[in-house]
This record gives sequence, structure tokens and C-alpha cells, in this order.
Amino acid sequence: MHVLAKTARASALRSCIRSFASSAARCQATPLEKPVLNKEFKIYRWNPDEPAKKPTLQSYIIDLNQTGPMILDALIKIKNEVDPTLTFRRSCREGICGSCAMNIDGQNTLACLCRIDRNPSKNSKIYPLPHMYIVKDLVPDLTLFYKQYKSIKPYLQNDNLPEQGEFLQTQEDRKKLDGLYECILCACCSTSCPSYWWNQDEYLGPATLMQAYRWIADSRDSYGSQRKEQLQNEMSMYRCHTIFNCARTCPKGLNPAEAIAKIKLELAAD
Amino acid sequence: MMSARIGLGSVTRRVAFAPVIGRNQIALRTLILKRGVQIQSLPPSASEEILNAQRLKRPSSPHFTIYQPQLTWLSSIANRATGGALSALLYGFSLAYLVAPDTFTSVNIVEFVAGLPDYLKYTGKLILAAPFTFHFWNGLRHLSWDMGKLLSLKGAYRAGYAVLGATAISTVALVLM
Repeated sequence: MHVLAKTARASALRSCIRSFASSAARCQATPLEKPVLNKEFKIYRWNPDEPAKKPTLQSYIIDLNQTGPMILDALIKIKNEVDPTLTFRRSCREGICGSCAMNIDGQNTLACLCRIDRNPSKNSKIYPLPHMYIVKDLVPDLTLFYKQYKSIKPYLQNDNLPEQGEFLQTQEDRKKLDGLYECILCACCSTSCPSYWWNQDEYLGPATLMQAYRWIADSRDSYGSQRKEQLQNEMSMYRCHTIFNCARTCPKGLNPAEAIAKIKLELAAD
Repeated sequence: MMSARIGLGSVTRRVAFAPVIGRNQIALRTLILKRGVQIQSLPPSASEEILNAQRLKRPSSPHFTIYQPQLTWLSSIANRATGGALSALLYGFSLAYLVAPDTFTSVNIVEFVAGLPDYLKYTGKLILAAPFTFHFWNGLRHLSWDMGKLLSLKGAYRAGYAVLGATAISTVALVLM
């Protein structure tokens, strides 16, 4: 009795294994492989070692199914596997450092926050930020942009220090800074602004002006009148013609046009 | 082993046996010969000069030719163009009236237009009415911004489409008048 049961179990086991083996052979023959999805990227190139050569668009074709979802992933893949001379700025890859700001398919944005359009029949054009001097390829010279930011004194100024502890602020006053303090100074808005294109030597541009308003609006800052006085001339702020390219392009969803309009209203009330 | 593979073996060996004072020169000279590359040592102050020489040759990146056409900046440039054209017409006509008041009287102009064929009348009306109505409606959009209204991106876009719609309707109305 005991032996009989044992042999029956063994044969059942064997047939079970055999059937499993045959079905496995059918299903596991080839692992799933994604089809090749080639897309063309046209990227602005200029090399400072050959300054006489005009800037050109260079074409790269890469397989989107072997690439991450964002434009920055494609750029890094090209730099790693196709052309190590391709030059661009990048750091955090999550939209908080502002390094990878560039013009992608006609709009200024951060390459790390911009999804690749997966339509393979359309190419993607990548230019540096518009109307900026180019250091190399996709790297613009932001020296003037940072100088302009510095010129508005982007820090708390108040001669009456509180007796002890820190400056206090009501919740309503704190709320006025929302939508202003989140700016990461990627320069997408300033370089999308036609006024800034034509007058960047004197006009401060949306990014800097929004930060100017950020300190004018701060209840803890007592230098508001001096800050406004600095903008009270033809060029610094009044070159803003409420075009709204800045708000349209901001990768953080902020609205510099509104901030500048508020400065104008405050200056008009002075 | 490592140095031999890189090709510095003989240099380091010869340096080791050379008198102390001559060591650096020998190492340097032999290295330069082996590499075939001149390394220039510059003071930090020279970097500014190199940078400035580079800055002079930097190209400016393309701007409105590559920027995506958007209602924002296209309506702005259209506002400026129509404003300029309408002003040119106003000043041009006023100056012409000043110079030759007998030729540019209202009676003369009415007669001149009445003599034109119909299709010219309508295209002329269209060319005058479209910029005028657009500039008028978009001017209201600008006034609302200056009053602090419609300052969100959505507000700006809605007002922009409203301006386009109003322009189309009022242009047709003026042309049919």
C-alpha cells in the first residue's frame, strides 16, 4: 500500500514537470524586446576653438526605447554614447538647480522637466537660451544675468533689528511671497522676453524684476522705497510691455509678468 | 611596471641619477619630447585676457526665428505694428492736408473712393478696418493689465482670444458698412 502510493506520487510529479517544461519552452523562447524607435535630435553646436566656423545644427539619431523619458536623458545618452564633445550644463536632473535651461522645440524650459515627444516622424530641435552669448554648444554666458540679479540687492535689508529672536511676520504677509520665492534663476523667462532680447544691457528682465518685487513685498524688509527708487527710470523696468512670454515659459509655473505689473502699480501709487 | 607602460620609465630613471640641480629640467625636457605637447604656464592674471579674447568672438544665439509662435508675443508685436501703421496713416494724411489742402479735401476723397471698383473698395476697407479694430480691442486688454486685472496666464490667454474674436466680428461689420 505504502509503496503503491509512493510510485503514484512520483509519476504524477514527473508528468507535472514534463508538462510544465513543455509550456515553458513555448512561452519563454524569447524575452520581450522593445522595438527600435529612432528619433532625430537637431542640436545647436558651436566650438570656441574654431570661432570662425558658424554655429550649426548637428543631427543625432537615437533609439527612444533605450533612452530615459526626458530630453536631458537623451542629451546625456548622446554625450555618453555618440559624441562626447557635446556640451551642456546639468546637475540635479529634477528641476531644482536650473542648470539645464535651454530652448527645446521653440520653448525655453529645463531639459530635465521636458518629456521627449515620442513621435518619431518629427525631429526635436534643441537650441541654447535665445539671444545670449554662447560659451560653447548649449552653454550660454549668464554673467550679465547674475550681475543684474546682484544689482537689486536680493537680501533682507532692515536697520531696525528685533530686540530678540527673529523678524516676525503674519501669515497673510508670508502668503504674499508665495509664487515669488520659488524662482530658481534658470533664466528661461528673461531669455524668452523680446524686450530683454533687444535691451538686455539696460532692462533688468523678468527673473530679476520678480525677485526685486519679492523683496519689495516682504514685510520684514524696510528698504522698499529705495528698491522702488532704483526701478524708477525708463529702462530698468518700464521696458516690460506685458508680453507674458515669461509666465508662459516658466518651468516652475511662476508669473513674473504679474509681479512686474504689481511693481508698476506700486510705483504709480507713490 | 606602471611607469614603464606609460613611457615615463626612462625619464624617471635618468632623473634619479642626475645631479639634484639639473633634475627638473631633464625631466621636463624629456617629457615634452615624449608627449610632443607644449605646456605653457601662465599666471592667474592672464586668464582674464584669454576669457576676454574668447568673449569677443562668441556668437549670439538665435531668438525670434526659432522661438515658438505664441499668442503672447505675436499679439504684442501685432499691437505695435498696427499702432505704428495707424499712426503713420494719421500723420501722413494730416501732413498731406497741410501741404496741399485743396487736393485732400473730404469732398475729393469721397469722389475718389466712389469711383473705385467694388472689390477695391472692400479690400481697402478690410485693410483699414482690421488693424484699427485689433489695436482698439487689444488696447483695452492692455488697459486691463495696467489696472491689475487679467494678470494670470489664463486671463491673458482668454483676453487674447476674446480680442481676436472681437476683431473678426467688428472688422466684418465695418467692411459691410
